[in-house]
Amino acid sequence: MSVRTLPLLFLNLGGEMLYILDQRLRAQNVPGDKARKVLNDIISTMFNRKFMEELFKPQELYSKKALRTVYDRLAHASIMRLNQASMDKLYDLMTMAFKYQVLLCPRPKDVLLVTFNHLDAIKGFIQDSPTILHQVDETFQQLTEIYGGLSAGEFQLIRQTLLIFFQDLHVRVSIFLKDKVQNSNGRFVLPVSGPLPWGTKVPGLIRTFNDKGEEVRKVEFKHGGSYVTAPKEGSFELYGDRVLKLGTNMYSVNRPVETHMSGASENLAAQTQESIAPNPLAKEELNLLARLIGGMEIKKPSGPEPGFRLNLFTTDEEEEQAALTRPEELFYEVINIQATQDQQTNEELARIMGEFEISDQPRRSASKGDDLLAMMDEL
Amino acid sequence: MFRRERSIPLRGSAAALCNNLSVLQLPVRSLTHFGVVHGPSAQLLSAAPEGVPLAQRQLQAKEGAGVSPPLITQMYESDGSVMVYWHALDAGDASLVQAVFARGIAASGHFICVGMWSGRVLVFDIPAKGPNIVLSEELAGHQTPVTDIATEPAQGQDCVADMVTADDSGLLCVWQSGPEFKLLTRIPGFGVPCPSVQLWQGTIAAGYGNGQVRLYEASTGTLHVQIDAHARAICALDLAPEVGKLLSAAEDTFVHIWKLSRRPEGGYIEVCLVEWEGEWNEGPSMRQQAPSSSLLPQVEHCHGECVPDTQVCGARFCDPSGSSFAVTGYDLAEILRFSSM
Repeated sequence: MSVRTLPLLFLNLGGEMLYILDQRLRAQNVPGDKARKVLNDIISTMFNRKFMEELFKPQELYSKKALRTVYDRLAHASIMRLNQASMDKLYDLMTMAFKYQVLLCPRPKDVLLVTFNHLDAIKGFIQDSPTILHQVDETFQQLTEIYGGLSAGEFQLIRQTLLIFFQDLHVRVSIFLKDKVQNSNGRFVLPVSGPLPWGTKVPGLIRTFNDKGEEVRKVEFKHGGSYVTAPKEGSFELYGDRVLKLGTNMYSVNRPVETHMSGASENLAAQTQESIAPNPLAKEELNLLARLIGGMEIKKPSGPEPGFRLNLFTTDEEEEQAALTRPEELFYEVINIQATQDQQTNEELARIMGEFEISDQPRRSASKGDDLLAMMDEL
Repeated sequence: MFRRERSIPLRGSAAALCNNLSVLQLPVRSLTHFGVVHGPSAQLLSAAPEGVPLAQRQLQAKEGAGVSPPLITQMYESDGSVMVYWHALDAGDASLVQAVFARGIAASGHFICVGMWSGRVLVFDIPAKGPNIVLSEELAGHQTPVTDIATEPAQGQDCVADMVTADDSGLLCVWQSGPEFKLLTRIPGFGVPCPSVQLWQGTIAAGYGNGQVRLYEASTGTLHVQIDAHARAICALDLAPEVGKLLSAAEDTFVHIWKLSRRPEGGYIEVCLVEWEGEWNEGPSMRQQAPSSSLLPQVEHCHGECVPDTQVCGARFCDPSGSSFAVTGYDLAEILRFSSM
């Protein structure tokens, strides 16, 4: 499938993550300066140049497990901590939101507008940090360079690749259920009315031409929907009216984030089969992942600033309850890079690590493997 | 009018790929085989009339040794029980920025043609007996990834075209099969992919990413009919050859059925004349009397079906008279069936 999908997946999921964290930070009354620091730290880690370089290299999509590991690290890039249950819920919300956006994009190319909507909002979070703003603008440039020239066919392939990544995820999200964009069985509503994709005409016309190309017959038929032509095309410039609302922030203080943990009972067999079958690419994926996270440069929390825990649920009891009752099929196994004992993998990781600057002194320990794992841990 | 029949459950949901449903009717054995791609595996299942599922089998993409998975074509017995052939393809000339895949497959006589990301079409020669399948030719007609291939038996003197290939740019190539395939016509695209194509009696039906269906004369490439058929990209087209019915399905959740026919230019005479030979038969004689250039392809809309909240990814007729059809949708772990009342 498409080798140009990862940046779009990462940036849009990251954008959704920031929307949710922002809402929860305010709902939990975290002091303004702490909240801003958290968002700034996460955003600057996301848009770090080395990280973006790795991200934009043509490559296949990671598995859901591998990608979850990246967001785990990202969410902990600052003084904020999340329990497992909250991290699970955060990831569920992020993935369902972007799945919805991809599914409802009128044209495959519109996923780029969705990405720009996320970036526009991210710039809103860091208005007073010119350095980070510049990083985001640079990423914008890169997106335009790489995706601006892609054909409709290549965007269709990207869309299909993304949909395959999100296949069989049916977590019910309260805000979607309330807005009636998701059914109670977890499937999204696909409206048969509204604006058409840019470049598509209203269905209902059959035109017949003769050998000379002259129209000789025009017949209407009843197509069943209720569509209107798109008023204008969204802007792909650095600044502009995107027209599309998908990818803008749907949360606010009055619309809290909640999920129902269900909807995974269907296709249980298919999911189990996927996790049991050994993945021959696991080692290679681990290497790519190490490289990606290696470029993250997560700063260690500095001295006097105490950390705090963010809860994605309304109360601590709810969070505990969620952890206990999470259906087994929805367990996200975070890839534990520390647990790797494989000699060859360690050597590979060592080679990759050698390509990055490590400012800290390596800790002294018995084996090279331990050194390496310790270094990874300090990122 | 169509009604919903009993669905056939699938072990895994259908992937969001175009033309993601294949149907093989075996009326002699009262069996219908269905094929649906889930992800890295394809599901083959057979069903009795009324959609009663009989057997299911999963075919995995063969993992090869080596750093990256090699691109291969795999061929099986029709029930999926035995792999009779596999062919590893050289992806060596693909630059790293390109996705490497095979897409589009059709049988033409004793050839099987497979489309590639490079635009090439591989032609495999299938012997009548035995497993000696040979790669006979690589057709160069497309510059962008192939999307779909359609074939039909050659129609006679005035139209020798029996295969059409389509690609991501919307370009259609019309071919004549043989020991050496011959490129007859090229029909340019208009900036929109053509994910699905069909060929019927010298008429090409092509479905496009902007929801349009277009009919062209295969021998000349002339556009004869343009239908603003769907609100989203078309994902599948199918034909019921006995009656000239065309089925179009798209991501807008709709399936439409159309009736193809040919009318004399400028006339409103119904072409579908009949002959009395003890019973009413649609006679081919009317079409043969007039040269095909003065008989224009015509289309009538017969029926529209909405599959609520389902991004359709595959649709096929289940019998050659077009009285029933089946549909697959993204994330749906069942094959939906419809039959006319």
